[in-house]
Amino acid sequence: MKTLIKNGKVIDPSQKIEKKMNILIDGKLIKEYPGNIKELEKRKDLKVIDANKLVVVPGLIDIHVHLREPGFEHKETIRTGTLSAAAGGFTSIACMPNTDPINDNASVTDYILLKARTEGIVNVLPIGAITKSEEGNQLAEIGEMYKAGCVAISDDGMPVTNSNLMRRAMEYVKAFNLPVIVHAEDTYLSDDGVMNEGKTSTMLGLKGIPNASEEVMIARDIFLSELTGTDLHICHVSTEGSVRVIREAKKRGVKVTAEATPHHFLLTDEEVYNYNTNAKMNPPLRTSKDVKAIIKGLKDGTLDVIATDHAPHSEDEKNVEFDIAPFGIVGLETALPLSLKLVEDKILTISQLIEKLTINPANIVNSDKGTLKKNKVADITIFDPKEEYLIDKNNFYSKGKNTPFQDWKVRGKVKYTIVSGKIVYKN
Amino acid sequence: MEFKRKNIISIAELSADEILHILDTASSMKEVTSRNMKKVPTLKGITVVNLFFEPSTRTRSSFEIAEKRLSADILNFTSSQSSVVKGESLSDTAKNLESMGASIIVIRHPMSGAPWVLARETSASIINAGDGRHEHPSQSLLDLFTIRQVKGKIENLNVLIVGDILNSRVARSNINGLLKLGAKVKLVGPGSLVPDYFEQPGVKIFYNLEKALEDVDVIIMLRVQKERKSLEYFPSIREYSRFYGLTGENLKIAKNDVTIMHPGPINRGVEMTSEVADDSRSVILEQVTNGIAVRMAMLYLTASWRSNNL
Repeated sequence: MKTLIKNGKVIDPSQKIEKKMNILIDGKLIKEYPGNIKELEKRKDLKVIDANKLVVVPGLIDIHVHLREPGFEHKETIRTGTLSAAAGGFTSIACMPNTDPINDNASVTDYILLKARTEGIVNVLPIGAITKSEEGNQLAEIGEMYKAGCVAISDDGMPVTNSNLMRRAMEYVKAFNLPVIVHAEDTYLSDDGVMNEGKTSTMLGLKGIPNASEEVMIARDIFLSELTGTDLHICHVSTEGSVRVIREAKKRGVKVTAEATPHHFLLTDEEVYNYNTNAKMNPPLRTSKDVKAIIKGLKDGTLDVIATDHAPHSEDEKNVEFDIAPFGIVGLETALPLSLKLVEDKILTISQLIEKLTINPANIVNSDKGTLKKNKVADITIFDPKEEYLIDKNNFYSKGKNTPFQDWKVRGKVKYTIVSGKIVYKN
Repeated sequence: MEFKRKNIISIAELSADEILHILDTASSMKEVTSRNMKKVPTLKGITVVNLFFEPSTRTRSSFEIAEKRLSADILNFTSSQSSVVKGESLSDTAKNLESMGASIIVIRHPMSGAPWVLARETSASIINAGDGRHEHPSQSLLDLFTIRQVKGKIENLNVLIVGDILNSRVARSNINGLLKLGAKVKLVGPGSLVPDYFEQPGVKIFYNLEKALEDVDVIIMLRVQKERKSLEYFPSIREYSRFYGLTGENLKIAKNDVTIMHPGPINRGVEMTSEVADDSRSVILEQVTNGIAVRMAMLYLTASWRSNNL
């Protein structure tokens, strides 16, 4: 079976391609097509996708997703989470280990990958825990998880407070060449805070999380990466100070990469007014000064990746007092159109944006995806950059409807998501 | 003037005119409470629920007396703090109370913003009797009422709020109310309890009580809130009292006719000496009396919105 994607505007930052061209998929792989399309199109077994006026890019990769299975299937399952990914144009997603049981050993990794193979729609790349039960006391069996298929390690929302243990983890992963991914937060400084610390939290009487809570931990982990030489990836950067520290570290040649989420470059803590729990996430929404710094960081390359931190919760869990509502929002089905605003606002070129959604995240987790090079697996996303619509959570494939972007007018609609040569989503 | 609010949740959302309207209404209510026959039939047939998720004696009693004087049917619903996390969701509680015919819900809750959850989930009117560290509108309104009664005005007065500003809903409501009515506000307390974020036009922050007391017309002392972990923010009650306790001595720095207020209950010997608490310029008990009139006004205005709009 062959598929021809014709007349699309192909953007592949991994090969610095940005031009109108055709792509041929043969079976699971991307192939070069013979010069004459007319000849090709006569073949009966050829499927043709007319991508005229559409943009064709390597399948998007999100390296920060919570799939919730096993353990929290009422929030999301591997099935619904990967459906949501496909609808958002993501062909590969890396899932954080904070499931129940926690992905801190190979049998959980095996379970996730088995579920992904049998019920999943897109590629699932599991991330293993750094420490057993994410408790920060003892290293998890990282080697076993690597063998089972984990692409990185992270304790995500439960940052390792013991600096010495963090150092050991960074040294230990060298044998497997795994990156260490950190949700940087000094939980003592956060002190049970529920939103950004500032004027808004003061007005609302909500406990604040200061910028420093993130910044001191990023600084620590950068120095530990320098000490150990291990690749460090920093999740969801939210503050101006964090961007500054990372920029400086990169200049010194530290092996650090970093991501930003659409909500952190589009929203401020004023969203929390009226105690809107769909504006509650960790790290919290910050101020316009921080938003500007993140945008600048995306522009100058300090921030390499756009990730969603897709964190589905049920409506009942969110419809409570702000203090006890869980942190997090969904993001897979809104990330692409929200990120395209950066192109519309001339902050990034379309190619720079796609780079942050494809080859950059792929490189961080040492994946050979994120490219349209020939003979690579055909993971491809096709979208209409012009189509305008209102975000409607009721249309989400995700079980989570917890989004602060309901009714936002956006541009950019996914038309086809192709995984291993097969169309898994079509709109 | 018609009261245009279904709920009274925060001072922040009220305009100066609305605040004055409540205070004026409270004046007529005070007249009612000074009669021999203290009861009026205004809220007859209306069910008011006192929904308290936090231990409270004075605020709850004060609301209850206010409701009784207005002839409301009263349902007291008290729940411990732990059940907030474990038990029925607030939204379900709200729907249950509504099904029982509650028209007005007076809520006290340990978490900021909880009244908004109720307001979203029911058609009952919500009166906030204190939510977390956010606001305590009835306390602020009775403070403003008392200041106006003693000083004859609020505009241009220098009002000093002393103590744990960070964790105080009384402070937040009072800062909002005092600024709206044209007073100047000073805040003083340990640096760990008076964050810079409170600074805004009309508000000045001090860390030294003696300096802050200069030229002050009104002092509002805040309670050291042991249940809000005040002790994590300063070394000891003894040291706190030494630097931020009001005494006969440092009180001399303020204006001679300074008015001393406290939302209660007082920790004698901590926030203030007994000498100060019992000073002739202390209006702490007058605040308690006025609290009933102010709460009657809040209930009355909310109920009148309901009869005009539903």
